[in-house]
Amino acid sequence: MTGLRVDSFPEIVAADVAVIGAGPGGIAAAVSAAERGLRVVVVDRGLEAGGQIWRRKAGAAAAPEAQPWLTRLADSSARTINGASVVDVRPDAGGFEILVESSGRPLRIWAADIVLATGARELFIPFDGWTLPGVMGIGGTQALLKSGASFAGKRVVIAGSGPLMLPVAASLADAGAKLLLVAEQAGRAAVARFASGLWKTPGLLLQAAKYRVRFLSARYATGTWVTAAQGGDRLESISITDGHHTWREDLDVLCTGYGLIPNVEIARLIGCEIRDGAIAVDNRQRTNVNHVLAVGEATGIGGAPLSLIEGSIAGSTVGSVETASGHLSRRRASLVEAADRMLEVFAPRAELRSLPHADTIVCRCEDVTYGAIQGAACARQAKLYTRVGMGPCQGRTCMPSLDFLLAWQADTVRPPVEPALVSVLSSEVADEAASLFPLTSSVGEAYQ
Amino acid sequence: MPRGGQTRISIVINGDRVEVPAGITVAAALFNVGVSALRTSVTGEPRGAVCAMGVCFECRVTIDSRPHQRACLTPVVDGMHIQTASIS
Repeated sequence: MTGLRVDSFPEIVAADVAVIGAGPGGIAAAVSAAERGLRVVVVDRGLEAGGQIWRRKAGAAAAPEAQPWLTRLADSSARTINGASVVDVRPDAGGFEILVESSGRPLRIWAADIVLATGARELFIPFDGWTLPGVMGIGGTQALLKSGASFAGKRVVIAGSGPLMLPVAASLADAGAKLLLVAEQAGRAAVARFASGLWKTPGLLLQAAKYRVRFLSARYATGTWVTAAQGGDRLESISITDGHHTWREDLDVLCTGYGLIPNVEIARLIGCEIRDGAIAVDNRQRTNVNHVLAVGEATGIGGAPLSLIEGSIAGSTVGSVETASGHLSRRRASLVEAADRMLEVFAPRAELRSLPHADTIVCRCEDVTYGAIQGAACARQAKLYTRVGMGPCQGRTCMPSLDFLLAWQADTVRPPVEPALVSVLSSEVADEAASLFPLTSSVGEAYQ
Repeated sequence: MPRGGQTRISIVINGDRVEVPAGITVAAALFNVGVSALRTSVTGEPRGAVCAMGVCFECRVTIDSRPHQRACLTPVVDGMHIQTASIS
């Protein structure tokens, strides 16, 4: 594989292009730029290239759709650094200096151009008991399963929204889980409208049907959502409603999530314009900041095929004045339109805004309750009074929830964008014994 | 990168030696032995893995004496010592 760790690198690396994220969009951007002769470095948090969508099961081969791209990446001159977090990006000598941490070690990458391929994460909506061990993300469950977790015999309910629930349900059933229920919050009419729209793309409809066949023994309910979870030291049961009746299910694992939201923190740090929660780009994937491009889910949720096209466009645009091919642009436009229809169908219903109560934890890092932030006018004020969003995840989990619940806009992003060792921030060689994590209550504040 | 479910390695979870397949993550190893509470929150609640992709920081454990390591981003290594929150 192309994967490298930071400790196999010198402390400073120079490149024409730094690609941040090695999912489909980042891979496509990296290979198309590298194949043009540019020196490309890819930085990725994951242990292997492929991102979340192409994550392969421990010990298994990569998915057929991923393999050609992974091979192209491996055969290209692009160098991928895995297990690495971007801590800071700042303008430097006509380009950018990117500070990266991996296993407590620093790496500085100087790059003339940046392609942001930072992907997406799940939207969680807080409810009573959602912090119990055993309540996990839907994508998170898929990731854990592929990382080698055994779900055989586990009683599982999947409750949330969006097409991601189907492949995860199928994977869990294949893995021997006792899948009790798949609950889609969107109503029957909306889901039917979405399914009928799929006739225009028979491949997707067939894919959905194939997933459904794999978990036929489980009930699939629309217009149904979880209102609370109960348990002691771990999850024991959940309360579910269809808006008329509420009932309980005993279970081991609840998978929940309400679709995907773009990861825009690094873009915000650089100063890129964010529109409707996604990085704003032109038809050549350029952001409003010179020499910074963005691709894939970070520019709007649209799926892997769209990310590949956007990555290819960015790879041909970056560091040049070439225009993207008309074919790629047209294909991009039609996929964006399809994705927008999907987002509309699976938008979380208004009832979900009344799930959290005053004593429901909204910020899992700092254990801030919904009641504690009620008096605040905006995210920044709430942060000052309660530390909401100021823990290790830096608000990545709670701020999107609060955007949904209260229409709060995310606050400014400051470095470090991820918790990092002081030794990394000060660029000294890391001493593994001197771990000062988390930074939020000491060093983090020195940055405020 | 070492992958392949056949090779088994030995790790220590909360003092107990267990055999796990090479190539899995620490989060998966903990899930498989039934340890679901990985850390204690700032108000003393048990917490477990949520996003499993390095975003939420809920799966922080101590690995080989280094605290606050994300179990979901760390592959198991032969001889590794993992310590979770002291909740049974």
